[in-house]
Amino acid sequence: MKFNIPIGPQHPALKEPISIRLTVEGEVIQDADLRLGYNHRGMEKLAEEKSYIQNIYLTERICGICSHSHSTCFVQGVEKLMEIEPPRRGIYLRYLVGELERVHSHLLWLGVAGHEAGFDTFFMYTWRDREIVMDLLEMISGNRVHYAINTVGGVRRDVDEALRKKILDGLAILRTRSEYYLKIGASEPTFVGRLAGVGRLTKQQAMDLCATGPTAKASGVALDVRKNDPHAFYDEVDFDVITADSCDVLGRTVVRIKEVLESYKICEQILAKLPDGPIAVKAPRKAKPNEVVSRYEAPRGENIHYIVSNGTDKPERLKVRAPTLGNYVATIEMLRHGFIADVPLIFAAIDPCVCCAERSVELIDGKSGKERILRFSDLRRMANERFRTLPLQRNVAWPF
Amino acid sequence: MAVLKTILYLLVFPGLLFLFVYSTFVEWFDRKVFARLQNRMGPTHTGRFGLLQPIADFVKLMAKEDIVPDNADKKLFSALPIIGLAVVITSGLLLPIWHIDLAVSSPISFQGDVIILLYMLSLPTLIFFLAGWASTNAFSIIGGTRVLTMLFGYEVPLFLAVLSPALLAGSWRMAEIAAFYRAHPLLILPNLIGFGVAVIAVQAKLERTPFDIPHAETEIVGGTFTEYSGKKLAFFRLMTDIEFVVSAGLLATVFLGGFGGGFLSAFVQFILKTLFIVFLLSVLRAVTGRIRVDQVVTFAWKWLAPLAVLQLLIVILIKGFLL
Repeated sequence: MKFNIPIGPQHPALKEPISIRLTVEGEVIQDADLRLGYNHRGMEKLAEEKSYIQNIYLTERICGICSHSHSTCFVQGVEKLMEIEPPRRGIYLRYLVGELERVHSHLLWLGVAGHEAGFDTFFMYTWRDREIVMDLLEMISGNRVHYAINTVGGVRRDVDEALRKKILDGLAILRTRSEYYLKIGASEPTFVGRLAGVGRLTKQQAMDLCATGPTAKASGVALDVRKNDPHAFYDEVDFDVITADSCDVLGRTVVRIKEVLESYKICEQILAKLPDGPIAVKAPRKAKPNEVVSRYEAPRGENIHYIVSNGTDKPERLKVRAPTLGNYVATIEMLRHGFIADVPLIFAAIDPCVCCAERSVELIDGKSGKERILRFSDLRRMANERFRTLPLQRNVAWPF
Repeated sequence: MAVLKTILYLLVFPGLLFLFVYSTFVEWFDRKVFARLQNRMGPTHTGRFGLLQPIADFVKLMAKEDIVPDNADKKLFSALPIIGLAVVITSGLLLPIWHIDLAVSSPISFQGDVIILLYMLSLPTLIFFLAGWASTNAFSIIGGTRVLTMLFGYEVPLFLAVLSPALLAGSWRMAEIAAFYRAHPLLILPNLIGFGVAVIAVQAKLERTPFDIPHAETEIVGGTFTEYSGKKLAFFRLMTDIEFVVSAGLLATVFLGGFGGGFLSAFVQFILKTLFIVFLLSVLRAVTGRIRVDQVVTFAWKWLAPLAVLQLLIVILIKGFLL
């Protein structure tokens, strides 16, 4: 018996609105379809009306988890446009926050994976330890979620000797905890039984479908901007790109835990070699007409910002490609011929950040099911037309 | 006096009143143990140590709006929670706790009551399936089929595991089985494998992690109970809690020597022994993740059923050579 099951736009497994439509036969998925567009935020348009400095805080709000990735990616691009070079100490501190953010994002993901697999104890433990790194981030930047530490030309807050020691202590605890999670994640029989062999994506498929981040790494594709295109200081520190060849959700879990361990290594190196000097340089307000593509390895994969400047203090255009968008196509492939029970796990395994990736509005006709993608100007024209042709309503009582 | 005792048995202990109060306590205990193992506090606010939380939940659900979906089979949909509750409360009366005369057979204790009790404990599974089916919601139907699929896995091992101590005791009457093990406490030890199998099978019967597949919220929302709300959901929850108590009581009777002595002694023993089993089930719930429905069936037939058969063999050998 074939029937359709909607997962989303509202579903307990999804924290954000997206719709997965499954055609199932018994417990086996025959086909999957992904619908986006429940969360249009208008951020790119808004960015064109704000100055570069204001835009740092706007881009930071694209995502609530990898907020620093977006602001760093944006700031990197703007610095290139303005032709300024932040001081070394500023760069080191900026990427220290970036690596700590990767730790917090991956620990969060581990908890979510535990919850999706019905292993709530794992969820509670990882989220308890995530508090340590959240506290460190708060001590460094003053905030837990939107750090607001980036500025054009460097960072806004310095790290002193006492704080440096606190961060090292926190990292030591986190390292032992993460090693414990690596042991649990790779050995607890019910957990491994749920993850192994689920959501297969071969190396060839991962490359063909442009998967990115841990999804690609778990399929054996060593795709990491930090290594392939070392920006800022990543050629000065020693770390490995973690890959796995199991091509399944278990591989993605192991890649993430090991990546966290690599991040501790990077953080310790940053703190050991932290150069002296200023943390920021003064940046001009305007940028000459130019365009730039900025790449950053966010916890979920490669984040790309494309910025066009026009000589004023506002960007002409900002285009954001969040890593989640790159993984959607691969997700469909992973879902096919799996079990319904595995849908949340497979979907969660790309670490989706739906609202990062949402850009357009799709209209679906309620009667015919026809779909149209519209521009904002078309929408406005349609609204005006409808308002103009609306029959005049008489005797309508004013509601207040 | 005997009539008064029977009325007391039916209404107070272990009848309606006790089953209701104790099942809420067991739910609190389970939640508290589960929470402490996860480094959380669990219920703390309602009553002392949050003891009244399950009762507060029950009262709250009773006061909520009760929705019956348009497409559902309305009579069946509404009747199932009540039938289910009646079935588990009746099965609770079969537990030989006190007021049992071993020489005389009575409506609450007779030859073959262990089979009747196992049968009564299978009925809730069927009721969950029907509840899912009557809801006519895609998630409920999948939940319902998962309930039945799981049944094929754990039911046979559970029956085999529970029947082997009965075989050793040479009786199909729970009061006699319990009396036999109280007289020969050492013979509890050969049944340990069966006890392990039965604990896991009961965990599956109660649909708790790692077997909470029929209502896995991240996959199929509420599963069987997706469409249930208000009073009906409250009844279903109470039913699951009472089923929890009765299953623990069954295991305690058959494997741990039951509850001897008078009213007070039986009361204390019942609480201690069932809480021990509830504790085991809570720990099992905390240290595992949810498995898939096909993995349940494979696991049950690959491990549980052979172990239960092994237990039967051990019992037969002991009975043949030692007794």
